[in-house]
Amino acid sequence: MSLADVSLVLIAAGMTAYIVLAGADFGGGFWDLTAGGAQRGRPARELVQRSMGPVWETNHVWLIFILVLTWTAFPVAFGSAMSTLYVAGFLAVAGIVMRGTGFALRGQAASLPEARLLGAAFALSSVLAPFCLGAAAGAIGSGRVPVGNAAGDPWGSWLNPTGVLVGILAVLAGAYLAAVYLAADAERAGLDELRRAFRTRALGAGLVAGAVAIAGLFVLRGDAPALFEGLTSGAGLVCIVLSAIAGVTTLSLVWRGRFAAARYVAAAAVASVTAGWALAQYPQLLPGLTVSQAAAPHSTLVALLISAALGVLTIAPAQLALYRMAISGELSKPMESS
Amino acid sequence: MQALTIAAASVTGALGKPEQHDLLLVRELQTMSFVFHIPLVCFGIAFPALVLFVEGLWIRTGDALYKAMAKRWSKVMLILFAIGVVSGTILSFEMGLLWPNFMATFGDVFGLAFGIEGFSFFAEAIFIAMYVYGWERFSPRRHLLLGVPIVIAGVTGSLMVISVNGWMNHPAGFDVVGGRVANVDPLAALFNSHLWHELIHMYVAGYVVVGCVVGAVYARSWLRGNRDRYVRTGLIVAVTVAALAAPVQFVVGDWAGRTVADDQPIKLAAFEGVADTTRGASLHLGGVYEKGAVRGGIKLPKALSLLAQHDPDALVPGLRSVRAADRPPVNVVRFSFQAMVAIGTLLALLGIAYVVTWWRHRRLPRSRWFYRLLVASGPLSVVALLAGWTTTEVGRQPWIVYGFMRTSEGVTAASGIGIAFVVLLAVYLALSVAIVWLLRRLAQRAPQAEVREELRLRPA
Ligand code: HDD
Ligand code: HEM
Ligand code: HEM
Repeated sequence: MSLADVSLVLIAAGMTAYIVLAGADFGGGFWDLTAGGAQRGRPARELVQRSMGPVWETNHVWLIFILVLTWTAFPVAFGSAMSTLYVAGFLAVAGIVMRGTGFALRGQAASLPEARLLGAAFALSSVLAPFCLGAAAGAIGSGRVPVGNAAGDPWGSWLNPTGVLVGILAVLAGAYLAAVYLAADAERAGLDELRRAFRTRALGAGLVAGAVAIAGLFVLRGDAPALFEGLTSGAGLVCIVLSAIAGVTTLSLVWRGRFAAARYVAAAAVASVTAGWALAQYPQLLPGLTVSQAAAPHSTLVALLISAALGVLTIAPAQLALYRMAISGELSKPMESS
Repeated sequence: MQALTIAAASVTGALGKPEQHDLLLVRELQTMSFVFHIPLVCFGIAFPALVLFVEGLWIRTGDALYKAMAKRWSKVMLILFAIGVVSGTILSFEMGLLWPNFMATFGDVFGLAFGIEGFSFFAEAIFIAMYVYGWERFSPRRHLLLGVPIVIAGVTGSLMVISVNGWMNHPAGFDVVGGRVANVDPLAALFNSHLWHELIHMYVAGYVVVGCVVGAVYARSWLRGNRDRYVRTGLIVAVTVAALAAPVQFVVGDWAGRTVADDQPIKLAAFEGVADTTRGASLHLGGVYEKGAVRGGIKLPKALSLLAQHDPDALVPGLRSVRAADRPPVNVVRFSFQAMVAIGTLLALLGIAYVVTWWRHRRLPRSRWFYRLLVASGPLSVVALLAGWTTTEVGRQPWIVYGFMRTSEGVTAASGIGIAFVVLLAVYLALSVAIVWLLRRLAQRAPQAEVREELRLRPA
């Protein structure tokens, strides 16, 4: 494995972490959107706020991590992709901004009539951002992002069958993950009604996501044959099969009410899809640009990987501690008075 | 005297030469994003230290008033951090969305800095969450310790991004071979020679801005007749910080000026509008640069030479020593530089007045004018901050990487920038409304709401 490959693995790992962690934050917004009227939806909304308020910023940093790793390790690919995908990029960032602000505001506004209006805006942004990010990934996966400065089609590159498919899958995956996490949190907090409600939602979202994923394979066969080929042979196929097994397992865990285990298995499903995508494309990064051609010089990769390793070693314990505290519900609500 | 050549060796962009008819709009978009982000990050740089200081007072004295204040401030810190996060995300996207050719060509040279910065963002996000959500969860001492990484991450986070800016102003860590970037040395790029004055100047600016803005809030309460212990404490902590930091800015600014004189003589010439290379160059306060000379304003003979080299007769290279296409827009730079120095002077004098009163009489100044000026110092300090960045960034034009790549070469070739501009303008306006609304709501609640203990608001 070359240093460039290691960097790619790191980027894929960052994407997995972002989908599994921040994806669920967006999913929380999705459930916010569908929670029902102010009175009826209130317990669900409060749970979303309480579970995700303390961790969303940390989850969000994974996106920054992916961006900086990509522009340092694969600068030409980064410049090409961002310039072609600028419409999706601007929309995604607008969605991310609204979602983040939503977290900040909700803590204050939960009791107000404005909250519903705000809530709708934030919840919509929770769908917009993952859809655009997913569609951008689909654009790259289906080979529609050429090397060059805004050389691809600003709309058609991501608004096409593959892009839309991956975008929808991203939204559904987030919704599923969020429902699983929230069911677990509700269980721990002894909120039985919410536990049942989110269990149902998790099962629903999981089944829909699974169905879309299967249908999606046919979409890919027509729309992105090279990617389809990679995903249905060799190592790519192994990943897809693993992901399918993990997907079924996590659903059955949710069915049996074992939410904590379902979290980790769902993360494994996401990780294997990401890995499968990377393997299916390897060694092409963009059409005509291989990983080794796109890679930064040796000196840069060495420095980047060393600093990433040191960074992970110092940050990981703190991050785990934060998640542990958040999961066990030890962190209080700061925005209300004590 | 040798003619100046800025263009050391022009680099061919990795993505070719872009066609962009709206370059000015792209630049305005970038500027708008910075204008929003940079004042916020001052709070990331300096505010945690203030919060910890007040919490430390609580631990030492057991006075619940300090706890109420630290807790209240920590909520403000969290809100501003959240908005800093989202506005920083916009900036990160814009690196690629607006400047793909710059990134494609140089991302591997300076990217390391941002990579390291990412980890300090992780640290900041993690510990801020533990700190703000953990007031009742940890013992006071452990809680205080949790705040320390936030202070450190504020330094490292801005260190790395400023390293990139320093590098853009004084590039290092690569060679140009046949128009291509080669022999990349990321550590040399990281520790470029403009990093240090920019970092320290910005760091001190963070304390000036936070001190002035927080001080302004309490000074307003003071003027309205609310002078209880809570307001008084907030005022003293904030104003003391600003008063100590503002005079330091003079010294650091002087260092910055000399570094610019050495490395970016044309930028220095634009600070004043020196058209022809001059010995003993003067500075004008005010006035407008027109056709090679400053019209109007008050002339300070030899002041520019003194600033640049600490020598009244030093030689200052003029703008005309380079081609017109290599000169920055003089009046923008000039005006910004003057605004920064004028405000810096005012703030330093205000700080000195405060420190002297305290020293001599052990009390706050009594004049209402002092408090009126304090209220004004909040916005003024932000203006100085942005003016300083305008000096640096517009003074660097037309280069994106000084001497190596023009801004017009780094830019995106995408169309429809106008739409992006309008969308982001709306986003920033909405964000501004959101911040103001949130902070006002927070302020409307009495400090008593923060703690169970009874607060002693009357002076003993
Ligand atoms: C509260 C803010 C503030 C105050 C009071 C001052 N500055 Fe400043 N200045 C900044 C905030 C700032 C900054 C943080 O905005 C900049 C932009 C880039 C940097 O390194 O610091 C800056 C840049 C900057 C530069 C350009 C550096 C470069 O391009 O590399 C110079 C020469 C000065 N300053 C000089 C001064 C002087 C002589 C001051 C005397 C009072 C002064 N500044 C006060
Ligand atoms: C191209 C320029 C810049 C980019 C790409 C950028 C990017 C970012 C990002 C992504 C964040 C959010 C971090 C998170 O997710 O937790 C952030 C926050 C921050 N940035 Fe920037 N930034 C830029 C300019 C600046 C400047 C000019 C400064 C200061 C001199 C600065 C200092 C900070 C600090 C201290 C934070 C912490 C957040 C806070 O406390 O508000 N950044 N920046
Ligand atoms: C991708 C990297 C960057 C690019 C392409 C870039 C480019 C630009 C451009 C073109 C402008 C507009 C100048 C004008 O209006 O003439 C600008 C402004 C500015 N830049 Fe940079 N810059 C970058 C990174 C940074 C960093 C890392 C910092 C700070 C640490 C910074 C601070 C600023 C500030 C504060 C302004 C506003 C100046 C004003 O008020 O006009 N920039 N930048």
